[in-house]
Amino acid sequence: MNRTLATTRRVLTQVVHDKRTLGLLLVVPALLIGLVAWIFTETPVFDRIAGQLIAMFPFVTMFLVTSIATLRERRSGTLERLLTMPLSKADFILGYAIAFGLLALAQSIICVSWAVFVCGFDPGDHLVVFVATTMLNGILGTAFGLFASAFAATEFQAVQFMPALVFPQILLAGLFLPTDQLPRVLEIVAHLLPMTYAFDALTEVTAADPDLGAVALDNAVLGGFVVVLLTLGSLSLRRRTR
Amino acid sequence: MMNNSPQLAVRVDDLVVERGRTTVLDELSLSVERGAITGLLGPSGSGKTTLMRAIVGTQRITSGRVTVLGHPAGDRRLRTRLAYVTQSASVYDDLSVRENVSYFAAILGTGGDVDSVLTATDLADCADRRVGALSGGQRSRVSLAAALLGGPEVLVLDEPTVGLDPILRASLWDLFHRLAAEGTTLLVSSHVMDEATRCDDLLLLSAGRLLAQGTPTGLIERTGTDSIESAFISCARGGRP
Repeated sequence: MNRTLATTRRVLTQVVHDKRTLGLLLVVPALLIGLVAWIFTETPVFDRIAGQLIAMFPFVTMFLVTSIATLRERRSGTLERLLTMPLSKADFILGYAIAFGLLALAQSIICVSWAVFVCGFDPGDHLVVFVATTMLNGILGTAFGLFASAFAATEFQAVQFMPALVFPQILLAGLFLPTDQLPRVLEIVAHLLPMTYAFDALTEVTAADPDLGAVALDNAVLGGFVVVLLTLGSLSLRRRTR
Repeated sequence: MMNNSPQLAVRVDDLVVERGRTTVLDELSLSVERGAITGLLGPSGSGKTTLMRAIVGTQRITSGRVTVLGHPAGDRRLRTRLAYVTQSASVYDDLSVRENVSYFAAILGTGGDVDSVLTATDLADCADRRVGALSGGQRSRVSLAAALLGGPEVLVLDEPTVGLDPILRASLWDLFHRLAAEGTTLLVSSHVMDEATRCDDLLLLSAGRLLAQGTPTGLIERTGTDSIESAFISCARGGRP
């Protein structure tokens, strides 16, 4: 556990040293939420999609930051060095997941506060569940990033995984059209992707009289995806390479 | 003559490493003595790094056997007893020198000796500077400092003195000799032949094959030459009639 937390601390120190990344990570999502609220000023649209947008940002940003960070570890030789030391693969993977999970939490808190206090978004009565679900989305993005970076040989490829792996999920998850109105095949595909459950949970928890059982189930599915992706990610770490 | 003697830190038997269709290491057998500095010499592309990675246990091998301190290379019991410094510094550019070394110390579970390794590598003065802002020589010393943590029994160093000025190079060799005198086994690769005379034992590698093994003076005498460089050439020609 000490080695996991030492890794978490090291990753967070790296991010904190990089002031511009830290600023972009924490401030940009809130500004974009503000932009969307402004665009839809005279319509009810913002209240419908704000929850989903707030969930989308941690997923996307954590995916990008994690896949680049772990790719750098692979390429700079630091991962190889760590794997010759008494660091388990779980220490490495969980260290990253906790670090970016905490960043996702900070990001969600800023984003939700901005949406509520500045943009007049009504998050419903279960604010803690709402923020926890957004944070889970950030961890999901991290898990996806750790997994995807195993297949990227360069930073260019890693960045391209974003339109390849992230955009389809957002398109199918119900941001434009609720999943039950999609063509049957796409509806099935949508329910194989984690983002659908995230959007579902956030739509439910911000509703007037939410069914918290359904939210818990959605979050359990998200948790399952996180566990599977982190496991696959750790399998991609090899102590011996060619 | 090469039994599992307690004097040997590393033993390599019939090691073959193939990468795609190229044979990088071809039936290599050699040994590295404990508490001595063994120099691994050869031109670039001769397989030095691959051999070192096989000894460290990060290289996938085709056949043969590599034993380190009586355990198969890469064994988990070796993870605190052997340290490896790669040719390009494997450190975090966006952390300070001290943050880098402290993190690796936390992974090894040896919190106490951060200051002493920084002093040994002459980095105490720039401990709070970001590694990315340091010179190439300083960066590679940060990598070395991390490897010295916990006093490993075997140190595998891939070209540790490349790009260093002569004074720094001399002070690093002093450090290596001090470590060897304290019982540490060092395997140091170099393509600079004049560093060979600072080693206790030499392995001459060319095109994935071992040309010769012996002390610097022994090799010079055996080949009837006057320098390690000429001895290397003589061995290389003798090996390929």
